[in-house]
Amino acid sequence: MPKIKAARKSTRIDMTPMVDVAFLLITFFMLTIKFRPQEAIQVELPFSIAETPLPERNMAIIKIGKQGQVFFGIDSKFDRIEMLRKMANRYQIEFTEEQEERFALLPEVGVAMSQLPQYLDIDPLERDEVNKTLRGIPVDSAHNELRDWIVAARLTNPKLRFAIKADKDTPYPVVKRVIETLREKKINRFYLITNLEGVEK
Amino acid sequence: MAAAVDTGGESRGPRGKKKGRKKKGSPWIDMTPMVDVAFLLLTFFVLTTTLSTPTTMPVVVPPKMTEKEKEEHQEKIQASKVLHLIVDEDDKIYWYQASEEELKEGNIELNQTDFSKNGLRKVLLQVRKKVEEKWGPNQMVVLIKVTDKAKYKNFVDVLDEMNVVEQRKYMLVEPEPEEIEMVEEYKAKLRGES
Repeated sequence: MPKIKAARKSTRIDMTPMVDVAFLLITFFMLTIKFRPQEAIQVELPFSIAETPLPERNMAIIKIGKQGQVFFGIDSKFDRIEMLRKMANRYQIEFTEEQEERFALLPEVGVAMSQLPQYLDIDPLERDEVNKTLRGIPVDSAHNELRDWIVAARLTNPKLRFAIKADKDTPYPVVKRVIETLREKKINRFYLITNLEGVEK
Repeated sequence: MAAAVDTGGESRGPRGKKKGRKKKGSPWIDMTPMVDVAFLLLTFFVLTTTLSTPTTMPVVVPPKMTEKEKEEHQEKIQASKVLHLIVDEDDKIYWYQASEEELKEGNIELNQTDFSKNGLRKVLLQVRKKVEEKWGPNQMVVLIKVTDKAKYKNFVDVLDEMNVVEQRKYMLVEPEPEEIEMVEEYKAKLRGES
């Protein structure tokens, strides 16, 4: 019997379908990705079992850093300028057009109104150094600027929902002040942003 | 001139011999580098998208009321239905549950627990069982009092625990000065023992 020779096959595989799929997936991810803007401070979120995802639109986020610095920001770039104008009006501060544009790109404010024009004059690329020393928006009961930001934001967009994004090591009194401020403005329903954790049973 | 694609099988001796004939290019292109790049990008996008999915915990707080409104809306509940949780520093919770008589006499037994699985959750379930035996289901009310020494994490953890054990009736209230005093005394006693 003659020896049966295994047919020699080419080592090449047609990679076209694979490339098709790969590019399809790339396109999908590129379109769905949402790049996070450069944030002034990073917070380490606490864990919880809550599973509700954060609504994407009409969100105002109050961020609280480890040392209790309070930041405030809304998601819509178009509303930001409007909000700033309302604040400027209230505090009698003039902002130049350039400052307004820079403010629109700012994801969150973390300085007192009196220092805001100065802060906006700093080149966005060089803000990192300054961001480390920010003390946040004043929230003391005597001088509560957060309240005014909330009012201005709500006047700009009445559908706004509020979320608190605080570091897990933030001292509770600061969080309490922020919640009190929200309550003062009759916002009794808000979100706490957390990280998902598995629950042990 | 023609876009030369090196397919590996084209070397047919010296160059001179192919003169005059048009070089027949293979329709095959080596796609490996393209696939490499495609998958590299794919990995990048996959990793960056899945990492940024925060979840939220909805919270509802009672509306702020004036003293007059408060009086109108006030509802009395039996003291023995209430579990008091005092969240303090070092991830510790102090809790007590007392009947009206005990409260009047100031005869309160304070206990300490923590956020572990066998800590707060066990306390909640035990006290709830006790309350339900006496008053029927869904009668327990938890009063959460967070002191100024606590961290935000503790606050979230307590609310989370309420969700875990499906305790619907709970309230965030300010700790009374007497309660803070009680906790301090308790801590001092613990320190004395160790």
